[in-house]
Amino acid sequence: MMLGKFILGMSWMLPEQASTYAPEVDNLYLFLVGTTIFFTVLISAAILYFFVKFRRRSESEVPRPVAGSMVLETAWTVIPFFISIGMFAWGAKIYLDQYTIPNDAQDIYVVAKQWMWKFQHPEGQREINELHIPVGKKIRFVMATEDVIHSFYIPAFRIKEDVVPGPNRYSTVWAEATMTGTFHIFCAEYCGTSHSGMIGWVTVMDDKDYQAWLSGGAAQGSMAERGANLFQQFGCITCHKSDGSGQCPKLEGKYGTMETLQGGEKVLIDDSYIRESILSPLAKIVAGYQPIMPSFQGQASEEQLQMLIAYIKSIGPAAAAAPGAGGGSSKISPPGMNPAAQRPPIMSTGGASMIAPVGQPAQPVQAPPQSQK
Amino acid sequence: MSLIAVDPIEMGAPQVDGEPLSYLNDGHGLRSWLLTKDHKRIAILYLITVSTFFVIGGIFALLVRINLLSPNGVFDADTYNRLFTAHGIVMVFFFLVPAVPAILGNFLLPIMIGAKDLAFPKINLLSWYMYMLGATFGLIAIIAGGVDTGWTFYTPYSTSYSNSNVLLAGIGIFIVGFSSILTGLNFIVTTHTMRAPGMTWFRLPLFVWGQYATALVIMLATPVLAITVSLMALERIAHVGIFDPAMGGDPVLFQHMFWFYSHPAVYIMVLPAMGVVSELIANMSRKNVFGYKFVAMSSLAIAVFGFLVWGHHLFVSTQSVYLGLIFSFLSYAVAIPSAIKVFNWTATLYKGSISYDTPMLYGLGFIGLFLIGGMTGLYVAALGIDVHVTDTYFVIAHFHYVMVGGSLMGFLGGMHLWWGKMTGRQYPEYWARAAMVIQFVGFNLTFFPQFILGYLGMPRRYAAYPPEFQVLHVLSTAGASILGIGMLITIVYFIWSLKNGKRAPANPWGASGLEWRTSSPPPTENFYETPIVTWEAYEFAPIESMQVLGYPGDSSRSTQPVPKEHGTED
Repeated sequence: MMLGKFILGMSWMLPEQASTYAPEVDNLYLFLVGTTIFFTVLISAAILYFFVKFRRRSESEVPRPVAGSMVLETAWTVIPFFISIGMFAWGAKIYLDQYTIPNDAQDIYVVAKQWMWKFQHPEGQREINELHIPVGKKIRFVMATEDVIHSFYIPAFRIKEDVVPGPNRYSTVWAEATMTGTFHIFCAEYCGTSHSGMIGWVTVMDDKDYQAWLSGGAAQGSMAERGANLFQQFGCITCHKSDGSGQCPKLEGKYGTMETLQGGEKVLIDDSYIRESILSPLAKIVAGYQPIMPSFQGQASEEQLQMLIAYIKSIGPAAAAAPGAGGGSSKISPPGMNPAAQRPPIMSTGGASMIAPVGQPAQPVQAPPQSQK
Repeated sequence: MSLIAVDPIEMGAPQVDGEPLSYLNDGHGLRSWLLTKDHKRIAILYLITVSTFFVIGGIFALLVRINLLSPNGVFDADTYNRLFTAHGIVMVFFFLVPAVPAILGNFLLPIMIGAKDLAFPKINLLSWYMYMLGATFGLIAIIAGGVDTGWTFYTPYSTSYSNSNVLLAGIGIFIVGFSSILTGLNFIVTTHTMRAPGMTWFRLPLFVWGQYATALVIMLATPVLAITVSLMALERIAHVGIFDPAMGGDPVLFQHMFWFYSHPAVYIMVLPAMGVVSELIANMSRKNVFGYKFVAMSSLAIAVFGFLVWGHHLFVSTQSVYLGLIFSFLSYAVAIPSAIKVFNWTATLYKGSISYDTPMLYGLGFIGLFLIGGMTGLYVAALGIDVHVTDTYFVIAHFHYVMVGGSLMGFLGGMHLWWGKMTGRQYPEYWARAAMVIQFVGFNLTFFPQFILGYLGMPRRYAAYPPEFQVLHVLSTAGASILGIGMLITIVYFIWSLKNGKRAPANPWGASGLEWRTSSPPPTENFYETPIVTWEAYEFAPIESMQVLGYPGDSSRSTQPVPKEHGTED
């Protein structure tokens, strides 16, 4: 406890400890500070002592050579080695904790672009450079970038993860805030002119305030609801039929399960796999289906992709088993109930695009670039 | 100070205009310098040009620090981004990588092993011209609008988004890489084939071991840099998708390739300086290096392990968690040989005859700063901590302690130890000690606050920053000013000493090693006769018995130095 008090008094050298993860990192840090100060003082003291004690007394003195010592060499090889192993193991444990994302984490969807952070809550709220989260809840950040590499960094939580562009992955990181307050969000990977302007604030609220905050917005419905609309707008529904009769796998009950691919490989249907399947559909084909799906690269924005994923997640097995669990799933309107949304998507600016006139099975369009462009 | 007051002229050395004949006056005019094949003259060419780039890089550093005085910045963001990029590119590629090998290594390696020159003198000259060509491209890139990618050139920013002179800088780095490769090749062949009779591998000065290990790394790692830069150019010009996912590439692949070179490059920068420090500590305390073989082998171990740790730059780059574990472990492994060196240097001082002259001060300054630089490496190698501190000022402070505190201190220490040997004139001791102390204080004031800044969360490469970081930034800038003044003093007295310094004797320090057994400055062929080595490394003979290898016509010449208490057996 003494140590704890002492640590809390170290605000000049430690940022606020606002997540469950922060004290873990700080404990290792302080252990390293102690160990390295010990060795620095030890070696510096030896050097200073020798420096004075064995100073040159006359210009022509030549000291006797000193033979090496196997004992010493072994000692200062082996002792640092074991200390290093300890540091490695401790650091690795913390890292594994950080990268093992708990199953019960709530999702916040993050889109990075030059030079702002955009956030979407499953309930539908959208924010820019401001993020509100509840205290004491595990939050998973599912992140994508529209352009270059960015890095999502909240010093008070001690979390950082690069947001790397590419069709086949989301960057994910998680945190559980332990105190209410407002903390910095930084972009930590250099991303061009206004890199230092790509900063924001995360406001940690207690659960009551957070619920009040949530109910204050989201006129357009939850992410899953909007995803359901997009599922129709983009014509996904014409192939991915909920009764499994379409040309493509049905998606109900699939999120979080294992799927067998052509060639027998198994893949976990998670956010990254769904993203890859929308942007690079031919990369991983489910066994028994034809590679006919066109890419939606350039058509679906990063935010829309996240809405689609939220929708597919909402019709996953968890939703089937326990209606109401998961991000706003109870509010999902059944697919096909929103005729207003049934129109072809906005044309992409080129490349293969998908057009699925409503009511017709979508054919793969080996399309030349659309002439309307 | 002059222990062996052997005036070369009194000893019958040939004269030119009242000065002893040396490589400096063996040929006059610009042509005799620009077309020289003498490794010593090439070293001087490198000294002039590399030092110029050090000054340029230093000016960029001061501008960066000036910007950071205010939370809102002094310059606009685009200018600031170009300033720190220019500072990084100039310091890494045009100063730190060539500094110790191309200047001190070129000058000393052949002399230390008793050779007349490097194995390929023309290739050596070619490497200087390639350096000049590459540096010119780099300079044009900076003057003609600058580069705004950071010295790391991360994709897809560098290939698809940046509107700055990425290509010109890339060409410069590509060409300078080949300059390094040629130097490395020359060092390896020379060390293998041109050692004097009796100069066995374990009689080599540790400086030579350091250069040799460095040359291995240069030969194996630099081609990867050339490949990486070429692929980057290919994507930028021809839009071949390699790194940019919009064209089907993978941006993390670039990071793997870049750090496959650039992490070993850290050892390219620091290993030769470690070699210098072994010489500084041993010669300025007249003691054999404690655990010579361990120090020599630790250089090779660092060279080998240095290739296996690049992934520790990618702990938050979406690299596999298991790869992270492996790279973290290997990063701790590479810490051990560095620790072995520090312990052995410290033990070398025991029962030595420790001089308080400037080279020793730099040697000890190196140990102190490298200790902090190396130990903070343990923090960033720890996965859990690195997640928090990577891409913050903690990392900036860490690698400046290694690069400036290590490489630069080693380089400056070496320059002071061998200045008389290279130029024939000694630097002024009083000013040199003062400058060293000023630099040491200024350095720590500049970079120590940055450790705290980094742990508090201040990201790197920020043109503006939240106001709570200002106090530490102002301290850092104050330190940089002091460091700059210290550097300025050194530059001034070095130049001053060329005309006004005391004439350097052959062996001003009572040091061991073949370079102290030829005149200062040495003749073009280094020795008038091939030395035969009959003593171990760092055997300090009684001062009076150490003699310059004789000149033609010197009746009192001693063809072989006689070390204390050792016969000529073996």
